[in-house]
Amino acid sequence: MLDFVQQLVSGIALGCVYGLIALGFVLIYKATEVVNFAQGDLMMLGGFFAFTFIGILGLNYWIGFLGAVIAMAAFGMLAERLVVRPILGYPQFTIVMATIGLGFFLRSVAGMIWGTDDLKIDTPFSQGVLRLGGLVLAHDKLSVIAATLLLCLLLYLFFNKTTLGTAMRASSENMLAAYYMGIPVKRVVSIVWAISAAVATAAGVLLAPITFIHSNVGLVLGLKAFPAAVLGGFGSIPGALVGGVLIGVIESMAGFYLPQGWKDVAPYIVLLSVLLLKPEGIFGLHVRKKV
Amino acid sequence: MSYFRAENLSLHFGGLKAVDSVNFALEKGEILSIIGPNGAGKSSIFNLISRLYNPTSGRLFFEDQEITQEPPYSIAKLGIARTFQNIELFENASVLNNLLVGRHRHCTSSLWQEILYMPSVRRDEKIHRHKVEQVIEFLDLEPYRDRVISGLPYGVRKVVELARALCTEPKLILLDEPSSGLNVEETTDMSFWIRDMQSELGITVLMVEHDMSLVSRVSDRVIALNYGKVLAMGQPAEVQSHPDVVAAYLGA
Amino acid sequence: MKFLFKTDYEDDIRLFPHSGYLWTYGTLLILIAAAPHFLSSYLVSQLVFVSIYAIVGVALLILTGFTGQASLGHAAFLAIGAYTTAYLQQFGVPFPVYFLTAGLLTGIIGAIVGFPALRLHGIYLVIATISFALIVEEILARWESVTHGNEGLRVKTIQMLGTTVPRDSPGFYYLCMGVLIFVILGAINLLRSPTGRAFVAIRDSETAAKSMGINVSLYKVKSFAISAAITGLAGCLFAHKLSFISPEMFTLQLSIEFIMVILIGGAFSLHGAVLGAIFIVMVDPFLTFLKDDIPGAIANLSLLLGAGAERAAAIEKSSAAFASANGLKGAIYGFLIMAFILFEPLGLYGRWLKIKLFFQLFPLYKRATFKRQKIYVKSERNR
Repeated sequence: MLDFVQQLVSGIALGCVYGLIALGFVLIYKATEVVNFAQGDLMMLGGFFAFTFIGILGLNYWIGFLGAVIAMAAFGMLAERLVVRPILGYPQFTIVMATIGLGFFLRSVAGMIWGTDDLKIDTPFSQGVLRLGGLVLAHDKLSVIAATLLLCLLLYLFFNKTTLGTAMRASSENMLAAYYMGIPVKRVVSIVWAISAAVATAAGVLLAPITFIHSNVGLVLGLKAFPAAVLGGFGSIPGALVGGVLIGVIESMAGFYLPQGWKDVAPYIVLLSVLLLKPEGIFGLHVRKKV
Repeated sequence: MSYFRAENLSLHFGGLKAVDSVNFALEKGEILSIIGPNGAGKSSIFNLISRLYNPTSGRLFFEDQEITQEPPYSIAKLGIARTFQNIELFENASVLNNLLVGRHRHCTSSLWQEILYMPSVRRDEKIHRHKVEQVIEFLDLEPYRDRVISGLPYGVRKVVELARALCTEPKLILLDEPSSGLNVEETTDMSFWIRDMQSELGITVLMVEHDMSLVSRVSDRVIALNYGKVLAMGQPAEVQSHPDVVAAYLGA
Repeated sequence: MKFLFKTDYEDDIRLFPHSGYLWTYGTLLILIAAAPHFLSSYLVSQLVFVSIYAIVGVALLILTGFTGQASLGHAAFLAIGAYTTAYLQQFGVPFPVYFLTAGLLTGIIGAIVGFPALRLHGIYLVIATISFALIVEEILARWESVTHGNEGLRVKTIQMLGTTVPRDSPGFYYLCMGVLIFVILGAINLLRSPTGRAFVAIRDSETAAKSMGINVSLYKVKSFAISAAITGLAGCLFAHKLSFISPEMFTLQLSIEFIMVILIGGAFSLHGAVLGAIFIVMVDPFLTFLKDDIPGAIANLSLLLGAGAERAAAIEKSSAAFASANGLKGAIYGFLIMAFILFEPLGLYGRWLKIKLFFQLFPLYKRATFKRQKIYVKSERNR
C-alpha cells in the first residue's frame, strides 16, 4: 500500500511536468489552433538559460530563474516573429512542420553550445525531503506539483477573466473576424508565444533537479506531453493538467506493476485508445462542420 | 406510392427542434421548393436526406426503398445528388477533375486494374470523359475546363457545383440555394437550367431557395417551413399568400 | 511556349502529353542506366539511398499530399518491411517472395492503422501516427525471439536467379531504380484513375466527397494501405542496403526526414518525391565535404588575405570544430525545414516550374503569378 502511494505521488509529480509542457501546447493551440512541436525544446532551452545564469554566472537561484523566464519570453516572441508569423493562416500541418523544424534546430544548436553532458542546477529544493508517516516525499517533486497548480490556476483565470484572454480565444476561432472586431491578432499571437515560452521555462527550471538538463530532454518529455494534452482535450487548461497527471500516474504505475518495456509505451497505448473511443479528449468539445 | 417521401422527419439538437415531424412527398419529375426564413430547418432537411445527419425520428423513402439507415455515400449511388449552400468543391483540383469525381458512382474498376491502367480502365475513363463533356456543354462551362477551382469566381463555382451533381446522372437532385450570391443574369440562367434539367434530363428537383421570383418561375409546388414545422404546401402563389407564411416572413 | 492542340480524350490521359516528354525521360533513363559506369561507387551508393527515400516519398505523397492524411509514422512502416525481410530470410525464403511479402504485410498493418485513423483529423492524426511509430519501435526492441531486440538483425545478400546481388553492386542499384520506376508508374496510374481522384476529393472536402458517392472510410484505409505497402517495399531494399538493422534506426527523426523529402521536393507532384530525396540524401556528402575540405580552404583564404600562419591555423581549427560538431546535421535539417516552408512553400519542383515559366514568358514573367493569396485561419476544429 505504501508502495502504491509512493508511486502515486511520484507519478503525480511526473505528471505535473507533463502537464506543464502540455499547458504550453494548450496555450498556443487555444490562441492559434497550432500545435507547437518545439514546446519541449523551448523548455530545454529555458533550462539551459537558467543553468547559464545560475550555474555559470553564479546568480541567486530566484534571480536566475526570473532572468531565464524573461529571456525565454523574449525568445518565444522572436521565434514567433521569425518562424510562425510569416505563415500564419496556412494549413495546420504546414505550421506544425515549421515548429518541428524549429525544435530540431534548437535541439542541435543547444547541443553544440552547451555540449551533450547532463547539467545540473542547485536549487533550494534539491536536497530536502518531507516525511509523512512512512512516506518520503522529495521537495523537488513537491515544488513541481505546487508550481504546476499555481500556474494552471493563474492561466485559467487569465484566459477566462481577462480581455486579453477573450481576445486570444476569439482569434483562434476566426482570425479575420477577430481582426475586424479590433483585436490586434498578430500581437495577440506574439504574446501567447511569450507566455507559453515562459511557462516552458518554468517547467524546465523546476525539472532541472529531477531530470537534469540535456539537449534531448525537450524531445523526450515533449513527446510524453502529447498524450497528456490529447487526453485533456487539447483546448482546455484544466484538461492539460488532469491529462498530464493521468499520464504520469499511468506511466509510473506501468513501470512498477507491469513487465519492463510497458512503462514507455503505456502512455501512447492510452492515447491511442482515447483517440479511438473519444477523439475529442476528455474535456474537449466536438463541433461539426456546417454545410 | 410517391417517388420520394419523408415521414414524420425530426431532427433535434438538444432542446432545439431544427426539424419537427415534417411530412412531404415528391412526384417523379416535379420541381419542389422549400422556402422559409433563416433557421427554419431547410438545410437540415437536405443534410438529413443526404444522410450527413441522423434523424432523431422519422423515415425517408426513395423509389419505395427505405434510405433512413443508408450510409451517406450510398445515397449518391442510389441516384440522389446535391449541391451545397456554401459551395463545397475540391478547391485544388481542376474543373474537369471535379466533374470526373462526380462520375465516381459509375466507376467499377478495381485497384489493381487502376495501378496497371488496364485497357478497361482507359476505356471507362473515355466514357466518363464523354459524359462529363455533355454536362460541360449543357452548362456552358467550356472556357473553364482546365482551370483550378481556387482561381474561379463565385458564380462559376456555383455552376461547377451544379455540373458536378449532374455528372452523377442523378434521378433526384437537391439544390441548396442555387441562386445565393449570383447576380440577376446568372440567376436567370440558373432558372433556365433548372427547367431544362427537369424537361430534358427528366430529373426530379428538390430545392431550397430564398429568391421568390426564381421559386415562382420554376417550381411546381412549394413547401413553406418555419421553426422546423411545415406551414403550408401547394402552388407557389397559394403558399406565398398563405397567412401563416406571410406572418412568418413579416415576423408578426 | 508550346500549345497542345487536343483532338481526342486520349490526349488528356496519356502518359507523355507530347514528344518533348519522351526525349526528356528517355535521356534521364539512359543517364540512370549509365550512372554506375561513370560515377564513383560512393555516389552510386548514395543514389541507392536516393531511390529508397524517393520510394518512401512517393508513398507519403499518396497519403499526405494527395489524400491529405498527415503521417509522422512512416519510419515504423519502413521498419516493418525491413524486419519482415530479415526474418523471412532466415528460413531461406527467396528474394521475390519476401520482397512482396514485406510490401503486403506492411500494407495490411497500414490498413489496420488506417481504421483508427478514420476518426482523426489534422493534428490528432499526426500525434496518433507518432504514437504508433513509438509503439512499433518499442515492440521491435522487446520482441526478442523475432527481432533480437537491440542487438539487431543481420541481413544477408540477395540471392536471385542463381546469382548473388551484393549491396554495393550495380545490380542492386538497378534493382532499386527499377522498383522506384515501377512505383512511380503505378502511382501515376493510380492518380489519373477514379481512386486517385477520390483521394484528392477527400483531401479537399470530405463532405462533398461523401455526397458524390465516395466511401470516405474505405478510401482513407486504401490510401493508408497503399502508402504503407510501398514503404514496406522500400524497407526491404533499405534492410539489404544497410545489411544490418536495429530498432534505433527507425526513429521519429527518420519519419521527419521522410516528411522533409516531400516538403522540400514539393508536396503537390510526384516529381517532388524524387527531387526531395536527392536533396535530403545529398546532405550527408555535403557535410563530409564541409568537414574535409572547407576548413583547409578557409585557412588558405585567410592566409591569402594576409593573416599570419598561426592565425590561419587557429581559424582552420575552429571552423573544423564547427563543421564536425555533433548537432550540425540536425541543425541543418531544422533550418532546411523552416527555410523551405517560409521561402519556398512549393518546394524544389515548384521552383523548377517557376524557372521554366520565367523562360517561357521571358520577358513577361510576373512574380505575382505564384504568389499565394493572403489567407486567414478559419478554425479547422469544425470538420
